[in-house]
Amino acid sequence: MANDYNNAHAHDYDVQYMERTRNYYRAQGYSADYQWAHNKDTPFQPLNRRLCDSKVAIISTSMPDTKLGREQRAVYSTPIDPIPASAYTAELSWHHSVTHTDDVGSFLPIAALKKLSASGVIGSIASSFFSLPTEYSQRNTLNKDGPDILKRCQSENVDIAILVPL
Amino acid sequence: MVMGSAMDIIVHCGVPRYLHSDLPLGNPCGVPFDSTMQEQILNQALLLLEEANSANSIVRSVAKWPGAPSWRDDYSKVDESNREALRLKGLQRRDQQETDRAKGITRSAMIRDS
Repeated sequence: MANDYNNAHAHDYDVQYMERTRNYYRAQGYSADYQWAHNKDTPFQPLNRRLCDSKVAIISTSMPDTKLGREQRAVYSTPIDPIPASAYTAELSWHHSVTHTDDVGSFLPIAALKKLSASGVIGSIASSFFSLPTEYSQRNTLNKDGPDILKRCQSENVDIAILVPL
Repeated sequence: MVMGSAMDIIVHCGVPRYLHSDLPLGNPCGVPFDSTMQEQILNQALLLLEEANSANSIVRSVAKWPGAPSWRDDYSKVDESNREALRLKGLQRRDQQETDRAKGITRSAMIRDS
């Protein structure tokens, strides 16, 4: 099938987050601009099996809403049963003046995935979701946190990983 | 795949599959407490997973912010009303980072919009 998806070009009303963030850092006296990851080649893996047979995992940039999660930015596994009532998002760069993160379903699609699992649209859900800390160091993400989460996914035989950054 | 709300960052980065929701940062799965929208968005994500056949496949979701479109205007805004406050905030932040480093905390949080 031809790829129909690359036609979804950016619109001029899209917020220019990189430019806004650069200006925001400069206004706070930082001379070196933040460097976003930029991959020359992007990997692509077709689905190995049908959705209804696949196990899905969620990766979030939120931290667990626990003493440890609030104090130590690191990779965590948090059980999806019961669905956590909250997650620690206070330090993240979401749009604090217009919205909130009081509904975990708005950034952690566990409830919606459970419905799809119950109706057979997907096979199953990994027993935990994974927290990935946002980082200035791309090396930490590439060499430590990414491989750590990959290992956690593989130990649960995950087929599909959905990364949901706030 | 990625579900998010920052088109420019994702396009710059390059990801296998991206479902974009035109919502304020913080709610990439849908408007808070709108479970119908959240389910629609997830369904679109799964459809993209099934149908995309090359990297950097991007789709816009059905998401629509219920408030005024002016939500886009004030994210990380810098103007004369907050320039001095931001300068002081930066000084405080660098002090805090030094304190954290002394305690062995090397992974500082990113600057957040406020």
